[in-house]
Amino acid sequence: MLIIFSIIKRRSANFIAQVGELSILVWRLFKALPLMMKNPHLTSEQMLQMGVNSLPLILLTSIFTGAVSAVQAAYQFQGFVPMRYLGTTVGKAVIIELGPVLTALVVAGRVGASIAAELGTMKVTEQIDALETMALDPVRYLVVPRFFAGITMLPVLTIFADCVAIIGGLIVAVLAVNISPTTFLNGVKLFFNMQDLWGGLAKSLVFGAIISIIGCYQGFRTTGGAEGVGLSTTRAVVLSSILILLSDYVVASIFFG
Amino acid sequence: MIEIIDVHKSFGPHRVLRGVNLTIERGMTTTIIGRSGEGKSVLLKIIIGLFKPDSGVVRIDGDDITKYRRERIITLRRRFGFLFQSAALFDSMTVDENVGLGLREHNVYPENKVREIVRQKLEAVGLEGVEDKKPADLSGGMRKRVGLARAIAMDPEFVLYDEPTTGLDPIMADAINDLIIEMKNRLKLTSVAVTHDMTSAYKISDRIAMLYDGRIIFTGAPQELKSSDSEVVQQFIHGRAIGPITA
Repeated sequence: MLIIFSIIKRRSANFIAQVGELSILVWRLFKALPLMMKNPHLTSEQMLQMGVNSLPLILLTSIFTGAVSAVQAAYQFQGFVPMRYLGTTVGKAVIIELGPVLTALVVAGRVGASIAAELGTMKVTEQIDALETMALDPVRYLVVPRFFAGITMLPVLTIFADCVAIIGGLIVAVLAVNISPTTFLNGVKLFFNMQDLWGGLAKSLVFGAIISIIGCYQGFRTTGGAEGVGLSTTRAVVLSSILILLSDYVVASIFFG
Repeated sequence: MIEIIDVHKSFGPHRVLRGVNLTIERGMTTTIIGRSGEGKSVLLKIIIGLFKPDSGVVRIDGDDITKYRRERIITLRRRFGFLFQSAALFDSMTVDENVGLGLREHNVYPENKVREIVRQKLEAVGLEGVEDKKPADLSGGMRKRVGLARAIAMDPEFVLYDEPTTGLDPIMADAINDLIIEMKNRLKLTSVAVTHDMTSAYKISDRIAMLYDGRIIFTGAPQELKSSDSEVVQQFIHGRAIGPITA
């Protein structure tokens, strides 16, 4: 009993300490944010890495997401709902939920992991200490560019993902369900609401912030050698994914609740 | 002058420094010797404010830096150069970008002047024509030299060397020792080195301090160290496995 109590005590203290460290990192990030334009090349490199380089994978994921949504919706519509509403279902599902969330999960796996691994390696090889000894703020130099790239590139990637997923749905609708492209697209437009799009993009902005901050945080607290870097990378992906799903619910409640 | 007074530092239950007292005189090279894991690097990082001591005072020219806020510590660091054990070069940058990073970020000089200073500093450490190479393309000794050029790029008053010769062949280690002496004489630097390489310690030091069991147990000139009657000191400097220090 005493052992269980001491484990709970230790874990709670650890959790509170981590929340504290994370809050300090976020505070230092916002303090350093106005100095972002001092190193525009660092930010553009991160935008390229997070945005342009992630695009092929996002497009591939999205086209199948849209196609699967259309197949599943058509299967459930059979005999109950007219197929002209297929575009409506696919469009709503993609714009509100699937586009932002799946894009974020893919980017968390691809970019969040690489941020944690890169910063973790820098930490264990004393490169972050080296920045500090040169009177350079690692938060301004490393976190700010990644954060800005995250909050700008995730919404852009989500827009691409939404469009391509709808095209995926359209292809399935035409080839497998035998409805015309016009009927499908009219369905997409039928109950289209701008708030759906804003809600989806607001989600992606929050997800971009989560992926970049958690990746950097896990990188900064890496200890040990290669094993420590591996652990940080795993933690970054797991924690980002959990927080993405959690904040998905929170943002959805605010916009659509 | 750097004064370290009764500095304590623990990491979790592990008490690394247990009341360190040491004075580092201006214009001299002071070497801190001791076994691996004794806390030599921790002491260096306390001097430059990377670690805050649990208790004790670190005075630089009479000012207690343990009371400094983060912004003031950052300003203070511009007076320091630091050579890391593994050189800690930024592997995404070229040699030129590594050496010139501080100068460029702090907008000290225009770009053409920065390039000139980088070239001069590289020349001072015996490297030419490597400006556009990446650290991965350099040998261990060259990386250390680039690290040294980066440490002196901002013309610091103090240079801290963390194991400057570890991992180098004896000839390259001696070349680095010569460079440290040359830098001190030419730039009038105050240097602090930590090492367990006794050949290096004897060659570069004006004073040697030995860290043992979390405290400084000896301070003096290299000759005084050799003739010390402390069994611990004698065991360490002669590298004997048998004695009061257990393996």
